[in-house]
Order: sequence, then structure tokens, then C-alpha cells
Amino acid sequence: MIKHQFFEKNAVFLLVGTLLTVAIGGIVEIVPLFTIETTVEHVQGMRPYTPLEMAGRDIYVREGCYLCHSQQIRALRDEVERYGHYSIAAESMYDHPFQWGSKRIGPDLARVGGKYSNDWQYAHLKNPQELVPESLMPHYAFLADTPLRLDDIQERMRTLRAVGVPYSDEDIAQASADIAAQANPTADTADLLKRYPKAVEVSAENGQPSEMDALVAYLQMLGTLVNFADTNTERLQQ
Amino acid sequence: MPTKIEKDSVTGRETTGHEWDGIKELNTPLPKWWLYVFYACIAWAIGMFILYPSIPYGTGYFKGVLGYSQRRAVDAAVAEVAAQRQASMDKIAALSFADIRKDPALLEVALTDGRITFATNCQPCHGAGGAGRPGYPALAAGAWIWGGTLEDIQQTITHGIRSADPDARQSAMPRFGADGILKPDQIQAVADFVHAKFYGHPPLAADIAEGQKIFAENCAACHGDAGQGNPQMGAPRLASKVHLYGGSLETIVSQVTNPRMGVMPNWNTRLDPATIKALALYVHSLGGGQ
Repeated sequence: MIKHQFFEKNAVFLLVGTLLTVAIGGIVEIVPLFTIETTVEHVQGMRPYTPLEMAGRDIYVREGCYLCHSQQIRALRDEVERYGHYSIAAESMYDHPFQWGSKRIGPDLARVGGKYSNDWQYAHLKNPQELVPESLMPHYAFLADTPLRLDDIQERMRTLRAVGVPYSDEDIAQASADIAAQANPTADTADLLKRYPKAVEVSAENGQPSEMDALVAYLQMLGTLVNFADTNTERLQQ
Repeated sequence: MPTKIEKDSVTGRETTGHEWDGIKELNTPLPKWWLYVFYACIAWAIGMFILYPSIPYGTGYFKGVLGYSQRRAVDAAVAEVAAQRQASMDKIAALSFADIRKDPALLEVALTDGRITFATNCQPCHGAGGAGRPGYPALAAGAWIWGGTLEDIQQTITHGIRSADPDARQSAMPRFGADGILKPDQIQAVADFVHAKFYGHPPLAADIAEGQKIFAENCAACHGDAGQGNPQMGAPRLASKVHLYGGSLETIVSQVTNPRMGVMPNWNTRLDPATIKALALYVHSLGGGQ
């Protein structure tokens, strides 16, 4: 048995021993990440976010919505009854970082898409208490007055592509056109919907999308992408 | 570094034997009860590792000897309550509204289910008790845009209004101002007429005949000659004290100029038909049902 006196008196062995010990901890944490792909369920319908949804998601993160709203329906009966199908890993596969959250001062938002009308989302973001008197949510009316920053959208898409979101060159080239189409209810959205099925149109005033338009487009998409009708727990099981 | 265990003269306890520049360390072992609880926790953890899904490896993970899966567990839990409710829900789904109302026990179940479903899904727009808000109809007030019979309510909840559902209720008031169908002074005149005749305020103009003529030509086809509305077309009743967007003259002008088209989601993708039926019974019972 090696006495620790040996390590205490030989600095080189102490260094090598420390490295070995830390390496074991590192390997245990890092190696499972190489097989992370195997934890993502194979389901129909997941797609990268439209440029407008992606921009809305960035605003969601910037405003710290995740501090009060989770996006994770746990596999518990009361949650499934209230919010719908439990969340699966595939639904967060294009999130960098994921928005599961850890607190529910407000309700879970994992399946809020389509639950309320666009008008409701706009009115509620501007003044939550007007619609839900007991709400504690702050007002976000300023988002409606803040034009959405459009000049770096393609750069953000390229960054997301670098970490694994499969945006094609065409998706990135079409980013501005896709935003214009999604932010205008009378626009032709055939091309947008071909690449991003189920994208919800919002109505930007004067054709100039605001940050709130982007946020509403993002919220109205949440939880609507995966088609749960053609899957079940056995098939989701890895 | 001498390692000689000796007795400390002050406390009477043993030292660890370590000594640094004449400073010695007392040996104070962990309390026995704490130590054994700690060992028990380790043993418990090993047991849990064996029984439940735990260690990841390569392309999978150790699934545990019990084969437990939280997803299967929640499926079973949901199925269990569904089975408890099934008898009632099947009856609600199968019986007509009239038959459900004849059975007080079943009606009680339906109204309770409807009340809970309403609180989770409908209240954010329509308000507690269906009191309504500007833009979101007051369900308790009987001012139905698309009809207030149980069947009408069921249809509206199922398919929504201007929703993504192909069977959604659709109505579109022309944009009289925005599309230049009426001139601003004509809109002012017809708004003054509606405000005076149907809302019971003193008219601004000396003569509301002009407004009345414009109303008869442009509005009466849907809203009716006497402003009674038409639930078949989703044309709101104007001769009423309950207003969708408000009762001021400005609101009428705004609505005639560029009408807002409220949207109600279709709930058939979130709620099953029996729950929608229960919800219709609850909404009908709020005070406005026909």
C-alpha cells in the first residue's frame, strides 16, 4: 500500500496522481456526451426554428422568461392532465441552450403554442393583469415598440448551424424573406411553410417586425411541432 | 513528521500523531450514529442503482432489475384515472344534451369537469365565470355572437373561430374605412346612428337619418334592420348593452373603419369530445345559455 507520505514528498508523483484523479471525474462527465444523440427520440415533425421564431427565442432568453416559466412537462399525472403530453428530449434538440427552466412562478409554456390567439398573446405581453388579474408578470409593452434587429439574423443562424442545428444554405439565404413572410398575414407563405411547417403568422405593423412579433411567433410554435398521434411511450423508449 | 499518538494533557483525548512545528492535532472522530447513517445511505444508493435505471454506457444504459420507466408509470397513472372517469365520460359522449340534463348525478360530473377545464383553458381570455373582456365575449351575459344553444357552444369550442381548423366558424366584416367603402364622415354618421339608436345615447348629429340610411345599405344585411344580429353569420347583436369591444363612439368608428377579427382556437386538438361537451354544459350554465 502506498503511503501518502510518498506523494507528499515527491512533487512529480503528486502532480501525476492529481491529474489521474481529476481525469477520472472528467471522463465520467464527458464520455456520455459523445453518445448524447442516442438519447434524442426519433419523432416526426421537429424542425429548426424559423428565423422569426429563432429571433423570438433570443428575446425570450434575453428577457429571462425562463426564470419564471419552465418549458418542461414532467412525466407526472397532474402535469400531463393540465399541460398535455410530457416533454421529450427531441423537442429541445435545436435549443442552444435548452429552456427547461427550474421554476414555475408562471405556468409551464412547453405546449402554449396555439392555446391562445395571437391577439391574446399581444395583449397579455403588453399588460398581463388586464387579462389575468392575479398575474405577477411584468409588462413587456416596450417589446412592441422595439424594432426587431434584422442585420445579424443570418449570422445567428450560422452560429446555430455550427453547434448542430441543420439550417441549409437556402434557409440562411432566405432568412429575410422568411421573416417578411411570417410577419405579414397577407404574405404568400407557401415557401416558408414548405421549409418550416406549422409556422404561425403574426401581424407586424407597417411591415416592420417588432421584438414582440418575434416573441409571439416563437410562443405560438411551442410544443406544436412534434406529432404525438403517431407515436407512443413504447416507441419513444430508447 | 513523527507519527506518535499520545494523550493530550489538557483535554485528555488522543492526538492523531501528526505534528507540524510543535503543533499537534486532536483526533475527534465522527459521531458513530452519523457514520452508520452515512454507510446506510451508501448501501441504499447501491440498491437503487441496481433496482432502477442508472449507469449509462456506450449506446445505452443499465435499465435496472425492476425495469421501471417513469413514462410508462405516467401512462399507467393517466390510464387509471381515465378508467375511473370512463363510465361517466362515455355516458356524456353518448347521450344527448337533453338526456345528460335529465340525470342530476351525471350533470354534476359534467359541470365539475367543465368548470375545471374552463379554469385551465378558457378563463385567461373569457375571464372568471365567463365575465368577458374587451375583445373576448362575455359568456355569462347571453350576448352570443355564434349562438348560445348547447349545440352552438359545442361547435364553437370544437372548431374555434377563425382558427386553424378547416371547419372553424368564419365571418369577415368588410373593412369599410380601410378599404375605402365608406368615407370618414359616412363612418362617423353611421357610428353616431348606432351609438344613438342601439346604445341609447343622445346623437351628436341633428339628424340621424343619414346614418340610418348608411346602416340600412351597408350593415343591416348582417346585423339586421333592428340591430338584432345574426348568429348564423356570426354578426354580433348591436341592440344590446353588452359590447364586444366597448360602447363608446370611438370604438364603433374604429370597428367600422378597420374591424378587429378576434380568433378563438379550436380545442379539438387539446380536449376530447366528451370534455368539450361537459365544457359546453358548463359555459351554458354560466347564465347566458339559450
